[in-house]
Amino acid sequence: MNPLALIGRTFLEFLQATGRLGLFTGLSVSHCLRPPFYPRQILRQMLDIGYFSLPVVGLTALFTGMVLALQSNTGFARFEAEGAIATVVVLSITRELGPVMAGLMVAGRIGAAIAAELGTMRVTEQIDALTTLSTNPYKYLIVPRLIAGVIVLPILVLIADIIGVFGGFLVCVYRLKFNAANYISQSWQYLEFRDVSSGLWKSAVFGFIITLMGSYNGFNSKGGAQGVGAATTNAVVTSSILILVSDYVMTGIFFAGK
Amino acid sequence: MNAPTPKIELSGVKKSFGEKHVLRGLDLVVNKGESVVIIGGSGTGKSVLLKCILGILEPDAGSIKIDGKEATKLSGHMRDEHLAKFGMLFQGAALFDSLPVWRNVAFKLIQAQGMPRKEARERAIRTLAAVGLDPKVGDLYPAELSGGMQKRVALARAVVARPEIIFFDEPTTGLDPIMSDVINELIVKCVRELGATTLSITHDMASARKIADRIAMLHEGRIVWQGPKRDIDHSGNPYVDQFIHGRAEGPIKMQVRRL
Repeated sequence: MNPLALIGRTFLEFLQATGRLGLFTGLSVSHCLRPPFYPRQILRQMLDIGYFSLPVVGLTALFTGMVLALQSNTGFARFEAEGAIATVVVLSITRELGPVMAGLMVAGRIGAAIAAELGTMRVTEQIDALTTLSTNPYKYLIVPRLIAGVIVLPILVLIADIIGVFGGFLVCVYRLKFNAANYISQSWQYLEFRDVSSGLWKSAVFGFIITLMGSYNGFNSKGGAQGVGAATTNAVVTSSILILVSDYVMTGIFFAGK
Repeated sequence: MNAPTPKIELSGVKKSFGEKHVLRGLDLVVNKGESVVIIGGSGTGKSVLLKCILGILEPDAGSIKIDGKEATKLSGHMRDEHLAKFGMLFQGAALFDSLPVWRNVAFKLIQAQGMPRKEARERAIRTLAAVGLDPKVGDLYPAELSGGMQKRVALARAVVARPEIIFFDEPTTGLDPIMSDVINELIVKCVRELGATTLSITHDMASARKIADRIAMLHEGRIVWQGPKRDIDHSGNPYVDQFIHGRAEGPIKMQVRRL
């Protein structure tokens, strides 16, 4: 086989897939803006994506904050900079680790669930059945998930931020015997509003990416159980990668001046 | 005098998936109140045909008219109006497994027509009774039902909003002969009561004989024979003869290699 043909075909397939995803995204977003809306569905998805993700995201945030404090301590002790630990923990959590960790955990939990559910609905003709019941599948299935994802992820991340910072506090005060009042005041000292807000903006984008990739892969799955399995895997892998890539891009934009 | 406008009129409909030509210029007319059954082997494009009429798939060429109005390339409001005329019973029932049975049946009433839930529930329960299901079934989930019951729920869902046109996609596939006959009887009864126009696809000849006014045979993407039900046994068409007698030998060749 001609290796050049292989490269060409792979490239064309890539362009085709990108175009298809672009069209899907455009169509889904345009349906977000036009009635009818399904508030019940939005609420149900918000519960699924937000409320039921709390334990997983909370635990992740707690241990991330704890390990961050522990690691900073072993590193900073070498040049007697323990006073900076609180600042490092709070900035790392709010700017980066809160949104990204929560995003990745939700991608695993929700992206997979959306892809599996919509994929099964596709292969059992439930999506076609929706159309025959005068209900637009984009509006009924995809729009509620997108809206719920964009609204709920920032809330989830705000909670994760608080729990993560608290994890750092626990380790520093109870294990490393720092003064609690000092630690808290140091946490506030260098924290700016936009450290938190940039993380929340990021998480809204992550919420969109997770629900979009879950919906796209599920909606276009074919070929029975194997197809649904592949859709689920693709949803998690692509949304995780897109979260990391877009995180880098957004960090570059948010903190361009500094 | 002009003939009345046919309910469904297909002419020269073509649809391909890549190299695979599924429909190759299909012509078919279904008149108002008529029950047409399309027979044909597996994989001859019967389901694709129904999806083209519904607008789930877009044909590559040809025209599809419903009540004399072109139905391909509809969008927005026109498409909603188009879809509101249809009800469909899917091959695998395609019930929404996240919703209880009564919500499945009442789905179109609540979501698309905005009927209050209480009223929609009553109507769903009544329709379930019409297909021989107990009101208690309404609170079960589709996964808790047998195949035959799922088909009956799906039938109730297809007819509850009193559609003008109903499609039946292999209504008896996967059912035992007695349950098949129950479903056939219910189809005939529902259609008669609603006065709906129906288009069915099946490869079950017992079912076709029961529900059809007219039978059409689909082979390689075209209608190769059509006529009233009574003519099916002396059609003089070798394809039809082979199909209704279920013979492996004949003009329809299956690609089979020796072991």
